[in-house]
Amino acid sequence: MINKEVANVQEALKGVTHNMVFMLGGFGLCGIPENAIAQLVKLGVKGLTCISNNAGVDDFGLGLLLQKKQIKKMISSYVGENEEFERQMLSGELDVELIPQGTLAERCRAAQAGFPAFYTPAGYGTEVAEGKETREFNGKMYVLEHAFKADFAFIKAWKGDAAGNLVFKGTARNFNPIMCGAAKITVAEVEELVPLGTLDPNQIHIPGIFVQRIFQGINYEKRIEQRTVRTKS
Amino acid sequence: MLDKIGIAKRLAKELKDGYYVNLGIGIPTLVANYVPEGIAVEFQSENGVLGMGPFPFEGEEDADIINAGKQTITTLPGASFFDSALSFSMIRGKHVDLTILGAMEVAENGDIANWKIPGKMVKGMGGAMDLVASAENIIVAMMHTNKEGESKLLKRCSLPLTGVGCIKKIVTNLAVLEVTEKGFKLLERAPGVSIDDIKNATEGKLIIEDDIPEIIV
Repeated sequence: MINKEVANVQEALKGVTHNMVFMLGGFGLCGIPENAIAQLVKLGVKGLTCISNNAGVDDFGLGLLLQKKQIKKMISSYVGENEEFERQMLSGELDVELIPQGTLAERCRAAQAGFPAFYTPAGYGTEVAEGKETREFNGKMYVLEHAFKADFAFIKAWKGDAAGNLVFKGTARNFNPIMCGAAKITVAEVEELVPLGTLDPNQIHIPGIFVQRIFQGINYEKRIEQRTVRTKS
Repeated sequence: MLDKIGIAKRLAKELKDGYYVNLGIGIPTLVANYVPEGIAVEFQSENGVLGMGPFPFEGEEDADIINAGKQTITTLPGASFFDSALSFSMIRGKHVDLTILGAMEVAENGDIANWKIPGKMVKGMGGAMDLVASAENIIVAMMHTNKEGESKLLKRCSLPLTGVGCIKKIVTNLAVLEVTEKGFKLLERAPGVSIDDIKNATEGKLIIEDDIPEIIV
């Protein structure tokens, strides 16, 4: 077994510095790497480019980094629900690149899988395709999109082991698995770091080869963005 | 005229047995409440779930189980979770049979605009561009006119596009229309709505053939 376990978030984020490009898992506030984000706030690194489907809310998730003006550029598919984000975007302090969600996902997966680029129909004929190579296949037009390049991927999983194997829960899976191995260094934080051998190899979502560092996360808040319930009748 | 529930009920008639369906935010979400008796459909949410169920009972909500609107949800027996790339493989790969989404504008050539108003805060397209570029069967659910009373069924979209030539059908508070090579073909009209009402509310070319039946919901 190749041991990927590190003692804590401080050790896990060693080498993080200003002006880096990060990938961060999560959809809304679901499945976000809470510990890594908190540590990035503590480290005070600035000039960051963050690849993340969303940008958190004002006081949680990536909103915490926005408050401290640590983010220079966001690459996302949807960025509502965040007033500070809106203020920084409209004032020009924050550079924002909006891309279709499926393209965002595939640009992660392409980086993970070793594809430099791929063609997608998404965005053809819209401003998303402006300046990009297009090509016809079987009578339909496609846009060439490139794999992301990132320094760190920050991943949140449900369970993991010292070998770096990961299991996700529910829709907290989202972008997390496809960002594993898509950056130079993948850091996974888990709710439960379980003893080696207890995860069933048949049930592992991401094999440890895609993960460089793994640690037991702490104090998960797992905030719900839109609590919707029905009443028992 | 139909209200939002009426539009959702009419849309539900488009569901067929065995369909995998992606519902957008807003009116489309309501369609899940009116699945016709005796047919089996599964709802996909692009954040990574197939087989979505109703909202959870109070106290049973799980932060790790949400839909693309970030609302807490439940899953039904047979449901599955998956990552975002696989989710869009379902969408781009045309495995999802029906997509219903909202729009700000639809043009008579099938173009759709639903993500950006210049000069206003842009929140992003989310999965809309992937959905409209890929799905074969896309229905738009929207009000026939905007808040200023202007038609949303246009000759050409004025807002930045989400996709080109992709919309096949539209269900509004006034009518059901099919997008054809010649323009918007009127299929059905809402109860209490005249042909002239629809003509007046449609800027794009409207094609009226034969008798136009009333929408039954």
